[in-house]
Amino acid sequence: MNEFIHYLLFGWYPYLAVTVMVIGSILRFDTNQYSWRSQSSQFLRRKQMMIGSNMFHLGILVLLGGHFVGLLTPIELFDYFGVQHQWKQVLALVAGGIAGVVAFIGCTLLLHRRLFDPRIRRSSATLDIVVLVLIWLQILLGLSTTYWTLQHIDGREMVNFMAWANGLLTLQPGSSDYILQTHIVYKLHIVLGLTLFLLTPFTRLVHVFSAPIWYLFRPGYQIVRTRRGKGAPARAPQPFGGAPAYTPGPATDRAFTEEVQ
Amino acid sequence: MKIRAQIPMVLNLDKCIGCHTCSITCKNVWTNREGVEYAWFNNVESKPGIGYPKDWENQERWNGGWRRRPNGRIEPKLGSKWRILSKIFANPSLPEIDDFYEPYTFDYEWLHKAPELKAQPTARPRSLLTGEHLKKIEWSGNWEDMLGGEFAKRSEDYNFAGVEKEIYGEFEKTFLMYLPRLCEHCLNPTCLAACPSGAIYKRDEDGIVLIDQEKCRGWRMCVSACPYKKIYYNWASGKSEKCIFCYPRIETGQPTVCSETCVGRIRYLGVVLYDADRVEEAASVEDPKDLYPAQLSLFLDPHDPEVQAQARLDGIPEAWIQAAMRSPVYKMAVEWKIAFPLHPEYRTLPMVWYVPPLSPIQSAAEAGKISEKDGMPDVRSLRIPLKYLANLLTAGDEAPIAQGLERMLAMRAYMRGKRVHGVEDESIAERVGLTGATIDEMYRIMALAAYEDRYVIPTTHREFEEDAYVLRGAGGFGFREVTEGRTPSLFGGKKAQPGKPVKREAM
Repeated sequence: MNEFIHYLLFGWYPYLAVTVMVIGSILRFDTNQYSWRSQSSQFLRRKQMMIGSNMFHLGILVLLGGHFVGLLTPIELFDYFGVQHQWKQVLALVAGGIAGVVAFIGCTLLLHRRLFDPRIRRSSATLDIVVLVLIWLQILLGLSTTYWTLQHIDGREMVNFMAWANGLLTLQPGSSDYILQTHIVYKLHIVLGLTLFLLTPFTRLVHVFSAPIWYLFRPGYQIVRTRRGKGAPARAPQPFGGAPAYTPGPATDRAFTEEVQ
Repeated sequence: MKIRAQIPMVLNLDKCIGCHTCSITCKNVWTNREGVEYAWFNNVESKPGIGYPKDWENQERWNGGWRRRPNGRIEPKLGSKWRILSKIFANPSLPEIDDFYEPYTFDYEWLHKAPELKAQPTARPRSLLTGEHLKKIEWSGNWEDMLGGEFAKRSEDYNFAGVEKEIYGEFEKTFLMYLPRLCEHCLNPTCLAACPSGAIYKRDEDGIVLIDQEKCRGWRMCVSACPYKKIYYNWASGKSEKCIFCYPRIETGQPTVCSETCVGRIRYLGVVLYDADRVEEAASVEDPKDLYPAQLSLFLDPHDPEVQAQARLDGIPEAWIQAAMRSPVYKMAVEWKIAFPLHPEYRTLPMVWYVPPLSPIQSAAEAGKISEKDGMPDVRSLRIPLKYLANLLTAGDEAPIAQGLERMLAMRAYMRGKRVHGVEDESIAERVGLTGATIDEMYRIMALAAYEDRYVIPTTHREFEEDAYVLRGAGGFGFREVTEGRTPSLFGGKKAQPGKPVKREAM
């Protein structure tokens, strides 16, 4: 029975969580972009935000990146470059530990103001609070795994996690077996992480997908929208009452154009 | 030269009576919703005062507008693009809602429901943010109304720079003017430039600056980037909102709600043609005092046949060119030079301009000692210091303001002569560089201010601007209007994507 649950949680649940996240986010973006935002509360209360938000976001970005690279990179690639498992483990422990502590302090500050500042509490949706509590627990779980990681600093557990994640990514059946024997704290950390993926499309977390990196590459500053075509028509002077010509082509192409200046 | 048209506004502060009808009607139409209770797309400030939000004019504090770099290029005062992005998690220049005010209501129901009490029941204030009782209302949208509060606080007013302000705290020397404010629909808006999502845009056909509510992600850089603090973060929806210049009314040839309901008839709307290619150049001039003339130089003479020909080539409808020739805004800003931009030093090239107010002669009590220049009172002896108005409207340059005020005084003197004494004294007009005929027209537009003279708004020629054929069957409202009668979705039909640049061939 335990093995069956293990198989469900680490063999099936990851696919479910990622599928819901991807499809759910696409559906939400498609049907209700108006709800797609970061829902910042800085405007209501600046206190604790400058330190809290910056620490949390910077820490969590490092952690996310580290987990993706660390787990999803094929093990063979590390072996090919001669990166010893032990060194990778130490690097993950140190970098992840620092980022984890930073993110945890930030998250604690943010959670504190969300729970105990009446303005923010009252303007929060239930899921705003739930998701923040879950993230706080998740960082706490992640940080507490360091104790058990220190028990096997040679990186053998880490290799198991990598094999598991790689196996899932490449659709290998039975990859959940790699982490069958692993400690319960790691398992909780994984299940909670996947649950956060699952919840993403239903919460403000979708703002992650809208990180406006491309702003850096916007040519110039000003944006002008015109309903006419690009490089607009030398429109023939039209007498009043003259019928506009019908332009063939898909309708959406005629909605409006945007010129960046 | 690329000609664009815009419908700017001029407000004649000389006639503003501070009744707040504009603010109230605007509020009732656009911002009586949760999340924007604190937001006034239009508000009227009593000056001198620190305004709404507190101290909004002080860009050392809020980092709004543009700055000119040593190399002559301008960038948002918030910083270059990567600097703006680096502030995305927490923006140090963002005002807090308390800088506007904490929105509140009163326990009116208690007045109906209270049982018999020893004391009269009272309606206590209650916060609209927390729902809890407020001990005391500390600030509001118009806290300084009619010079409310002590002078020491109000004198923090940014426009007192270079003015010996202490004497204006004395009862006999004090002065008061009203400043109705709304979004400036700038030619070079910083809110737009600082939006990482690219959700803010300026409309090609009438220059109105709007926020695409579908595309806004709530990064809130626009709030601090706008030096006029006229972008409001809706704390409930998590999106920014701003004055939309009542575009559904403008498109149909009607004035904005604030203009329509102005009892003092101080607002003017009309078309101005401008050279879109020179906007950046004009915003980048070195001396802030040159920004006002630089912006003036962008406005093109609609009577010039060459301008008209180019305007037609650039797709401006004939009706708009005709309207530009009758535009009261063009007359006041360019021909008579009595209207000025609000704080041109922010380099946004604002498009809501102001006619400075005349004020009583300061030493009226000592009549006879009034300093006169050529038979007219010297504008420097007006109660409102010239320097104060110059700080407000021309980045501190007093000469254009003095000329504007002199022309308004001349209008009064000339018309008094004409109506009371039956003498048309051309010399009065000549002294301020005008003619009697011009003054007659100024009088018609500024003093009589008939509805059709104040608002010369051509309807948007949608039939030329967009393909009406594809709009058939559409709802006529909402974000996805182009449907060809279908309801487009992920599961069938192509969907209009807001903000995605679309390639198409010329018509």
